[in-house]
Amino acid sequence: MAEALKVPTMAEYMAAGKQPEVLFWVGCAGSFDDRAKKITKAFVKLLQKADVDFAVLGTEESCTGDPAKRAGNEFLFQMQAATNIEVLNGYEIKKIVTACPHCFNTIKNEYPGLGGSYEVMHHTQFLKSLLNEGRLKVEGGKFKGKKITFHDPCYLGRANNEYEAPRDLLRKLEVELVEMKKCKRNGLCCGAGGAQMFKEPEPGNKDVNIKRTEQALEVNPEIIAAGCPFCNTMMTDGVKNKEKEGDIAVMDVAEMIANAEEL
Amino acid sequence: MHIIAQILFVIALLAGVGFFARNIKRLIRNIKLGREIDRNDRAGERFAKMARIAFGQSKMVRKPVAGFLHVVVYLGFIIINIEVLEIVIDGVFGTHRIFSFMGGFYNVLIAAFEILAFLVLVGVIIFWIRRNLMNIYRFLSRELKGWPKNDANYILYFEMVLMLLFLTMNAADHQLQLNGAEHYALGHSMQAAFPISNFILPIFDGMTNASLVIVERTAWWLHILGILFFLNYLYYSKHLHILLAFPNVYYSKLQPKGEFDNLEAVKKEVALMMDPDADPFAAPAEDAEEEPEKFGASDIFDLNQVQLLNSYTCTECGRCTAECPANQTGKKLSPRKIMMDTRDRVEEVGAIINQKGKFEDDGKQLLDDYILREELWACTTCNACVEACPVGIDPLSIILDMRRYLVMEQSAAPQELAIAMTNIENNGAPWPYNQMDRLNWAEENK
Repeated sequence: MAEALKVPTMAEYMAAGKQPEVLFWVGCAGSFDDRAKKITKAFVKLLQKADVDFAVLGTEESCTGDPAKRAGNEFLFQMQAATNIEVLNGYEIKKIVTACPHCFNTIKNEYPGLGGSYEVMHHTQFLKSLLNEGRLKVEGGKFKGKKITFHDPCYLGRANNEYEAPRDLLRKLEVELVEMKKCKRNGLCCGAGGAQMFKEPEPGNKDVNIKRTEQALEVNPEIIAAGCPFCNTMMTDGVKNKEKEGDIAVMDVAEMIANAEEL
Repeated sequence: MHIIAQILFVIALLAGVGFFARNIKRLIRNIKLGREIDRNDRAGERFAKMARIAFGQSKMVRKPVAGFLHVVVYLGFIIINIEVLEIVIDGVFGTHRIFSFMGGFYNVLIAAFEILAFLVLVGVIIFWIRRNLMNIYRFLSRELKGWPKNDANYILYFEMVLMLLFLTMNAADHQLQLNGAEHYALGHSMQAAFPISNFILPIFDGMTNASLVIVERTAWWLHILGILFFLNYLYYSKHLHILLAFPNVYYSKLQPKGEFDNLEAVKKEVALMMDPDADPFAAPAEDAEEEPEKFGASDIFDLNQVQLLNSYTCTECGRCTAECPANQTGKKLSPRKIMMDTRDRVEEVGAIINQKGKFEDDGKQLLDDYILREELWACTTCNACVEACPVGIDPLSIILDMRRYLVMEQSAAPQELAIAMTNIENNGAPWPYNQMDRLNWAEENK
């Protein structure tokens, strides 16, 4: 498949006088990071496969402000939020889905207090709802029986109490789901949150992503499943650091489903 | 003779409770040094959470060994207070075992206290062994050197002594009852009431009633004076959590852990900036008396009252620090230290107010003098510390408020973060990509 994906923008929908079922909030990582772009594309293919009427903001999308807020720059955060909310409200957006737990958390929890209230879903939650409604079918395919461990993103798990949606999807793939000793509410951070992604870590005896990768390697998985582009990068780097990239893949849950379907 | 003892008892009781009340007043005054915060909403949910987490100990039992032992000591503490009520009444009125008219039920009660006292004793001894002889990660960190470690051990020694005194008192009392001594003889037999202290009885073989009375009275007095002392020790100790855990959980955050507050002061500024009709050169209105708001926190006055209450509630158990990814990878950050530092600073400020009647600048503040920037910047905001705390403390909120001060008041973000922020401001992404390229991925081949 060499053709470009057909990804409609809100502006196009508006011009056609239509409203999509859901807005796909791509996020900065999903838009610009080479690794995360693959997750974005995989998710779009699933949306298309399920015949979901969706749109993106495209060039009208901007950083939610999550890293700014968590680094302490409340000004910049609120400026970003105000701009984004203006765009979202201008298009009368009701429902948003995103593959980034940081965007998810910020829009879901912090935008309402600034005038932006939407129904916000993480892509694993949305995919689960598509499955439940019978709009998407998932079968084990090439992942059937494979040993897979899921790394909980802090901003999906502890921050918003969603531990089951990604696991339910993995179970649908008929994988052998093994849990790390530290999982769910006790999961260890990948080391990227709180704007750590954009700076060198403080001095210590190890990087957080190495520690987390070691925990994952303890259960001997064939694939480390992730639900966050930042976790994905951190775990990929960790696996490379341990020189295991030949044996162990780091994949987003959406990629795995798209892959199982050979989309 | 009795009346003198009664008078002394009342004096001791009033002094103990009075001193405690004075310290509680200071505590409340200190907490009120923080900014006001409205946490009086959703009372039903708050009560339910308090019942579950503080009263029901639901987060303690997540660590089975420490959790189980803690529940034993906690139950012992709560239930033995009924015994303290009787001691107080006996002390004031010169009576002996005033509640013993309940007969068989009283025996059951006293027997239960004895068993609990014994279990508390065992629990406390295991706690001591865990803390001092086993290499448990939580107890090994820098901030637990000196007073914090001693404080923990003093409490354990104290509880051991109190329980031993309680059992000794019962044993001597029982022997006196058996001997039919005046004042000690009760209307009914308490034979079944002393399943544990019965084992102490052989020590009293051959003692006269007069000696037994001395033993019983000594144990009784030391027990109650010990309790009064303990009550007053609380204020100076991490053991304050036995009182503050309840309000602390009640006032803890109910929103999702990932939701950080949107600063009100910034809202106003941003609204002004976004408003095309606003006059950027307008002078502040004549009646604008209030000081310009300080963004974020550099000292305890900038923190809110719940955060200060958090610091007094911290039990220094270190579950937060043990779960902290930065701490586990050898970085300087320790959420426990953040809480202990905050409390130390509040106490320091409180001491100045006690001395001078009001706070006078002492040239120190929470930032830099207690909490280092390096600690603050190591946090991944992952909420592991918040999740781990058995009493609803939120160290992350303090870290974030201090980062806000560093960034918004001092422009002191680490260089790379400053660059990321500039990128967000200019390009709408933390990386230096053009916003116009946001949809390029859709055009790229698979």
